[in-house]
Amino acid sequence: MTMRRSILLLLLGLGAAALLPASSPAQGGGPIKIGLLAPLSGAFSATGKDMLVGTEQYLDEIGRTVAGRKIELIVEDTEGTPATALTKARKLVDQDKVHVLTGGLLASTGYALQPFVDSVRVPTTFPVIAADDLTQRKPARWIVRTGWTTSQPMHPFGEWVAKTLKHKRIVTIGMDYAFGWETVGGFQRTFEDNGGQIVQKIWTPLNTNDFSPFLAQIRRDSDAVLALFVGRLALQFMKQYEAAGLKDRVPLLGGGTTTDESVLPQMGDEAIGAITALHYSAAIDTPQNRKFATAFEGKAGKSASYYSEATYTGTRWIAEAIKAIGGRVEDRDALLAALRRVEIKDAPRGPIAVDQWNNPVQTIYVRKVEKVGGKLQNTVIATFPAVGQFYKYNPDEYMKAPLYSRDYPPCKHC
Amino acid sequence: MIGRRALLAAAAVVALAAVGPFLPAYPLTLLTQALIVGILAMSLDVILGYTGLSSLGHAAYFGVGAYAVAIMATERQAGLLACLAMGVLLAAATAAVFGLLAIRATGTYFLMITLALGMVIWGLAFRWVSLTKGDNGIAGVPRPVLGPLDLSGPVPFFYFCLLSALVAWALMGLLVVSPFGLGLRGIRGSETRMRALGYNVWLHKYAAFVISGVFAGFGGTLWAYYNGFVSPNDVQLVTSVETLLMVALGGPGTLIGPALGAGIIVFLKNFVSVYTKRWLLILGGTYIGVILFAPSGIVGALRGRRR
Repeated sequence: MTMRRSILLLLLGLGAAALLPASSPAQGGGPIKIGLLAPLSGAFSATGKDMLVGTEQYLDEIGRTVAGRKIELIVEDTEGTPATALTKARKLVDQDKVHVLTGGLLASTGYALQPFVDSVRVPTTFPVIAADDLTQRKPARWIVRTGWTTSQPMHPFGEWVAKTLKHKRIVTIGMDYAFGWETVGGFQRTFEDNGGQIVQKIWTPLNTNDFSPFLAQIRRDSDAVLALFVGRLALQFMKQYEAAGLKDRVPLLGGGTTTDESVLPQMGDEAIGAITALHYSAAIDTPQNRKFATAFEGKAGKSASYYSEATYTGTRWIAEAIKAIGGRVEDRDALLAALRRVEIKDAPRGPIAVDQWNNPVQTIYVRKVEKVGGKLQNTVIATFPAVGQFYKYNPDEYMKAPLYSRDYPPCKHC
Repeated sequence: MIGRRALLAAAAVVALAAVGPFLPAYPLTLLTQALIVGILAMSLDVILGYTGLSSLGHAAYFGVGAYAVAIMATERQAGLLACLAMGVLLAAATAAVFGLLAIRATGTYFLMITLALGMVIWGLAFRWVSLTKGDNGIAGVPRPVLGPLDLSGPVPFFYFCLLSALVAWALMGLLVVSPFGLGLRGIRGSETRMRALGYNVWLHKYAAFVISGVFAGFGGTLWAYYNGFVSPNDVQLVTSVETLLMVALGGPGTLIGPALGAGIIVFLKNFVSVYTKRWLLILGGTYIGVILFAPSGIVGALRGRRR
């Protein structure tokens, strides 16, 4: 009994020691604390690394100082699960007393964080999370999105494909979850409003290992295929699309992540010719982007992706807001208002400002995969400046329609 | 023996209850989380540790409980008691159906069937979008209010979870020392002998399975309130595996061990990760260490040494 009791006491003591906060939070003149949530372990860790390096790259550029105050970056790993992201967000807010919260990758993380952030009233930015409704039907008061909405690049893209490429009949194939639905839905809306027809919609489970059964279903009499994949699945889809003999028969279009620079270097010639749309391309030919992309490659040892640009510009966004209020980040309302007013004219991705629903208005790029100097790149072949999340539609009417889903818009021509 | 254990447990609870209000917000949150996950781990222990059935689908009942609360609370604005009842009932119903399918199998086959059934629930959570909102999850579950008691603050909610964990522990503790529980232990030791002695082995296992599902579902209802958010991630295989590891770490067949294991893992995950990005390595090392040096878990090893 004594043995056990002493061990128990020891454990209790250790537990109590672990519970005590490491240091009491400084008020006022201390450093400005930015909390970054990123998936640094688990299935999305490669993306998480891009997000982290992008953030640090900008902080290093400004010497980790804004408005005369030091910036302290506190990084927490979300493991790519919303529940962990919530726990870590609580830690950043309750224990570290961060002044700004940023980061997050998955749509579910965004929806999970939203009520929490609104309840603790901490100014927050979402540089990557793109779920449409976060700035539409369920807007959050304390979140400013500096990234994009999923359907945003697809609206001009659908119109462009109908008008410029003059495709009439398109088959869509995409991952069977909200990100896939919103990409395909956005494309379908403008493509069909401009005379096109979606003739078949194929949804693939997230854990698909072999695309052959899905590729076999694709109607060979269609003008093009619109594909939406992320990460490993994008790599595999490209390979199998060529292997199925489709590459030379049916042109390939896609959502931006299908050929994002986070996967493009691992692709072979099978990707050449694919046309996708996004608010970024590492091949955008401006001095700001060349500078960013070169520096990122030097720092991370891989190509700049939209994820890294997102946190690079997202961090700059926060810094600009802090500058605008002279570093008084303790005034949360002022900081939030400043975050909403930021306008960046020379980001790597082009000019950005946010609309009244806290979503960026920015340039959308139509990109074509080409091989330049032995390397694949997303060459920009068309640009649409100042595209908002509702495109040419009336925001109120737009939001009255349901959120894009598996069954909306319905497939009228299937 | 029971008296001494109850005394120890009472001491631990009093210590936790006393320390709660003085803790900073974040450790208190983690402690609350550990209590909830502890209920899940203890529920798995009823079938894993006491009956000898290792399930890889326990997140299913946890998830059913959580989803029931999330849907009831957000769409119908149902109160705490209605939500709790619904969550526990639905988890019980799920376990009752799954038990019919799973209990015929033993060993690895049982493991595989429970895994498959768990994936069914995950699939429903993911694909039944009109009900579960699919991958986006259900957000905005309000913290509960019970009559005049507002449980929404961190401290009242912590006490609520502490009380819940205590009740769950006491009920399961009574169960495993009851004649029924002794029957379960007999089955763990030798199924054929128990059958020869005239015990209805199938019914014992089935009842244990359903009871275990009920408590897992109870844990799930608290989880929905704790996070204010439920998504298919809560139902996925990783959650089941992690629960299994908590039981193995703490000591299967000890009840309090798995709760301790849950606490250790929650704190390891959230404290160690602050200091190093390689925290998974430390977690893995801990598992390996326990399996090599204390195959019956931490509490199992402590008890073993005393004997």
